[in-house]
Amino acid sequence: MEYSEVISESFGNMLINKLRTGLAALGIVIGIGSVIALISLGQATQQSIQDRIEDLGANLLTINPGAQRTEGVRGAAGGVTTLTLDDANSIKTSHQITTIRNVSPEFSRRAQVTTGGANTNTQIIGVTPVYATVHKITMDSGSFISERDDLGMTKVAVIGLQVVSDLFGVGSAPIGQSIKIAGKTFAIIGITASKGGTGFGNQDDIIFVPLSTAQKQLFGIDYLSSIALEAKDSDVMTDAQTQVGYLLLARHHLSDVTQADFSIMSQQDILNTASSATGTFTILLSGIAAISLLVGGIGIMNIMLVTVTERTREIGLRKALGAKKKDIITQFLIEAIILTFSGGIVGMLLGILISYIISNLTQVPFVLSVQAIMLAIGVSAGIGILFGWYPAKRASDLQPIEALRYE
Amino acid sequence: MNIIHVSRLSKIYTTGTVSTIALNDVSFDIKKGEFVAIMGPSGSGKSTLMHLLGALDAPTRGDYVLDGEEVSKLTDDQLADIRNRKIGFVFQAFNLLPRYSALQNVMLPMMYAGVPKIERRERAKKFLTMVGLADRMDHTSNQLSGGQMQRVAIARSLVMNPSILLADEPTGNIASAQAVEIMEIFQKLNKEGHTIIMITHELDIAKYAKRIIHIKDGKIIKDGKGYMQRRIRASGVQ
Repeated sequence: MEYSEVISESFGNMLINKLRTGLAALGIVIGIGSVIALISLGQATQQSIQDRIEDLGANLLTINPGAQRTEGVRGAAGGVTTLTLDDANSIKTSHQITTIRNVSPEFSRRAQVTTGGANTNTQIIGVTPVYATVHKITMDSGSFISERDDLGMTKVAVIGLQVVSDLFGVGSAPIGQSIKIAGKTFAIIGITASKGGTGFGNQDDIIFVPLSTAQKQLFGIDYLSSIALEAKDSDVMTDAQTQVGYLLLARHHLSDVTQADFSIMSQQDILNTASSATGTFTILLSGIAAISLLVGGIGIMNIMLVTVTERTREIGLRKALGAKKKDIITQFLIEAIILTFSGGIVGMLLGILISYIISNLTQVPFVLSVQAIMLAIGVSAGIGILFGWYPAKRASDLQPIEALRYE
Repeated sequence: MNIIHVSRLSKIYTTGTVSTIALNDVSFDIKKGEFVAIMGPSGSGKSTLMHLLGALDAPTRGDYVLDGEEVSKLTDDQLADIRNRKIGFVFQAFNLLPRYSALQNVMLPMMYAGVPKIERRERAKKFLTMVGLADRMDHTSNQLSGGQMQRVAIARSLVMNPSILLADEPTGNIASAQAVEIMEIFQKLNKEGHTIIMITHELDIAKYAKRIIHIKDGKIIKDGKGYMQRRIRASGVQ
């Protein structure tokens, strides 16, 4: 007996009762479909978080002013003026700090920005040249804030693509033109390349100006809103956090950590938390999907048992004509596998479609997970064997005489 | 030469504490080329005997040798093999697979024997032509009459070139005109050398056989030809 014959025969048997076959396979379709969709979306989310880590700099630490403690009264972050340029410079120059490569002092505040006709309200960030390195800023055109701009307190601005389209229209190249920030005229010297913006604010709706200009000319303050630190290696993040923490405590004349008037957060910490939360969620949902797969498998078993009962006479006849146990088991097992396997294929396509649609509706990237596809094919065939075996065994155990007598 | 040797064969069915003796110490031989009818009222044990002869069931006691092989001691799979190679079945209810064409039905036993597909087709065609269905090979059972279905079944029983043909009430579900055609096919096959064992309760069907074994209450009460012929003549059936 050749397998190709058994397979084509099994298709014939399945087509006799299309509705029943379809409904039985539907359980598998839904089960496999949801598993695939959830795994794909889970992986896509993980990847998007991973991309963001890369984007923001995996070695990034951010010092924010404000209390780190969670008890008692806590001032609004940013409303605190304790972080200064001297703090930033001492981190850069301290001999005790061995783990930091770059220090980027920053001051950020929203302001009204106008050109001849248009105006917008956007984030103004006062930066030093090292900002571009720390935050992995690339230029679309022109150049970033230079050392000379910062020292000379020049009124120059580097603007994001969103600002360009808000003020000058999409696709224009306004380098050399001027804008007014909080009433003061700035020359545009560069446009940053798009970073895209999801979840963490639009990275393209930003205007960079020299830190000194922002502090003294625009906003008239002498403190920082944050200091970004680039560690030498992602492995030394914890050391870096400790070293910088103790330095700042000493500089601020604070005796222990509970009194700290600043917080040091690692970008990776936040994203790891987000990532592990997504991971847990994916596992949970996949677990639920797996249960629906199990229910689908039981449905297949049920249908196969009904089929065996219905075809008792046929089984008896086949045995009378010389079919061995093995032949009958093979036939019914292959029918079950074809049933689950075709359900698995349809489910896989459905799952891919669902994750494609969801990734189009949201901004999660579309990931076609090879593991998920292998899993779907393997699991659906496995379910066919697992849940098809018992009915097949029962069919093969029928005595030909019993089977022939059956009405 | 004995193709069948049955010695002290018994079959006892036990349901709970109640035992029913369906076949009680039956012994007989059938020679190659015989055409035997087994007759008896319902409940006489003739169907049980048929199942044992067809290797569809195992006896409780006794020996059954078919074409030199001791059948009563074989495993399920060995029995399947015996049924496949040595026995051709013709059933009262035809037992054709309804979705299959006549040709596919006839090819079925050869599939289990592992005959190559091309040869299967050729042999099936040959036997269908022999039973006069050359023009109906692609018809499924619901496109065939009772007599035609039984002829497909006969073709199917012959394709493996079995040692014996076992027919269980082969004309029981067929109109009488077609029944005659079926019996004529059996006679022709017998003349060609096939050993045929047929179960029936109809005298005018049994008369086609050369030997009649009469069973009652699980025992053979008459075995022979002459006495039956006298009864047939007495009842006026020709």
